[in-house]
Amino acid sequence: MQSKTEKIITYSFLSFFGCVVLFPFLWIGMMAFKKQIDILMMKIIFKPTLFNFEKIFFSKEATFFDDIFNSLVVGISSTIIILIVCSMASFTMIRLRIPQWITAILFLWVIVFHMLPPITFVGAWFMMASSFGLFNSRIALILAHTTINLPLGLLIISSFMRDVPTEIQEAAFVDGCSNRQVYFNVILPLLRPGLFAAAVIVFLFSWNDFMVAMNLTAKATQTVPVSIATFSQQYEVRYGEMAAGSLVSLIPALILTFFAQKYIVKGLTAGAVK
Amino acid sequence: MHHKDTNWKILSLLPIFLILVCLTLIPLVNIFYNSFFDIRWNDGGYVYKFIGLQHYIELPHNKFYLPGLKNTVTLSMITVLFQMIFGFCIALGISKIKTGKSFFTSLFLLPILLPPIVIGSIWRLMYGFDFGIFNYLLSFAGVYPLDWLGDPSLAFISVVILDIWHWTPFVVLLLLAGIESLPTDVYEAGRIDGTNAWSEIIHLTIPLMIPTIIVTIVFRFILTFKIFDEIYLLTKGGPGTSTEVISFSIYEAFFSADNVGLGSVMSVVSLFVVSLIIIIMLNITRRINKYAE
Repeated sequence: MQSKTEKIITYSFLSFFGCVVLFPFLWIGMMAFKKQIDILMMKIIFKPTLFNFEKIFFSKEATFFDDIFNSLVVGISSTIIILIVCSMASFTMIRLRIPQWITAILFLWVIVFHMLPPITFVGAWFMMASSFGLFNSRIALILAHTTINLPLGLLIISSFMRDVPTEIQEAAFVDGCSNRQVYFNVILPLLRPGLFAAAVIVFLFSWNDFMVAMNLTAKATQTVPVSIATFSQQYEVRYGEMAAGSLVSLIPALILTFFAQKYIVKGLTAGAVK
Repeated sequence: MHHKDTNWKILSLLPIFLILVCLTLIPLVNIFYNSFFDIRWNDGGYVYKFIGLQHYIELPHNKFYLPGLKNTVTLSMITVLFQMIFGFCIALGISKIKTGKSFFTSLFLLPILLPPIVIGSIWRLMYGFDFGIFNYLLSFAGVYPLDWLGDPSLAFISVVILDIWHWTPFVVLLLLAGIESLPTDVYEAGRIDGTNAWSEIIHLTIPLMIPTIIVTIVFRFILTFKIFDEIYLLTKGGPGTSTEVISFSIYEAFFSADNVGLGSVMSVVSLFVVSLIIIIMLNITRRINKYAE
């Protein structure tokens, strides 16, 4: 029902904004393969080099492999904890009879916590971590990321939980299954898309977090974003390495966006609109 | 059919309660308690000295906190306005096309999903005085290079531009979900009446979208208070206090000045302000929704 001009206008409008979104990434992608001198001289045509990548991965003071390892350990652990904790809780709160006020208070607090600036809690976490001797350990960061991303995980999983048909669950109860059996054998399999959506989003947010990681880790346990930030902190900004590190850190998000776009869109909207 | 399997109910809720109590409620109480003390790190331990309300009384005179609060509110208002305008147009555009829909959706997802620190790094390079792309492009237009991050009034605008770029996609996502869930029969009725595209948007889409639009505004407004990474990389709150925001003031008090008491006071006041804004916005939302019905 659309006229041809209308179509052309829409596509050129979207393409224009698409370029605005994409441009910074293309620019930094190009920069990652330039030598410092080419960057400073603003050369558009240059000889691509892997020098920056060699430097961040293989130079003597390089920590990038360790940083990636730290990021993966923290991201995967906190994601798994969130999936287990939130799927159990949301099954009980949404599908079983429990006093209404428990559900109400829990959701209210989770939503309020989700909206508060995390920095207000990081100071207290830092003090708790140091008094338990957990500063500069991955455990402190895993717990912090679990807490920060828990609201999103709970909201996403709960919204998918509401879409799981009740009939199957009721049938299982009639057959005499216990709550635990229903959770493991009926709910979890049906909840798989929700768990996947939550996992992707929660993992990415943990991978991306800079502020909490910077304040709870030191050199040995620093994550990728913290490491990238240090490239710009020295007396001389190391543009090439910063660009190369940034490019590497984009990989998980790019892969997941490509393969799981549908789930991410569904998850992010579920986590926001509720 | 309800089961009285209470053990499961308790066990399944225990972990989430433990996490929320230990890692959100106790820290909250802790922050509140600490706000009445002067706390210094000394010989491997914190030394507490009770000072009552002194921190609270001195807070308005703090060089960073109130300017930061003002900047944060201004930033939220300006960026949300532009994000809503751009976001609505883009969402509408995506909803109208058939081919390439998922391509454009993926494209607009990128800024939300990529590390903010990378986004901060990129923009810092682009804003660079000597080697930044913006000044490079301006040089062709014969404009003198601008000090994007060093000039007090320009620095704030630079942060605004970055935030609009960063979070418009989020608005697109929410509004697109809203547009796609609108009932199609209303539009068909409109087409039979012979409405053109423009009046369709004004008279059908926008009124029907009001609840989604309000939720999005509330959400973006409150979430802008979390801004930290970009400020940390771009300006560190400077020059002066021109780009200071509350998260950065709290960070400086806690981690640079090692003044736990002051950091706690700033946290308490910020939590109070944000909660107040949440309550006010929820009330407004409820009223508008009632009116819309």
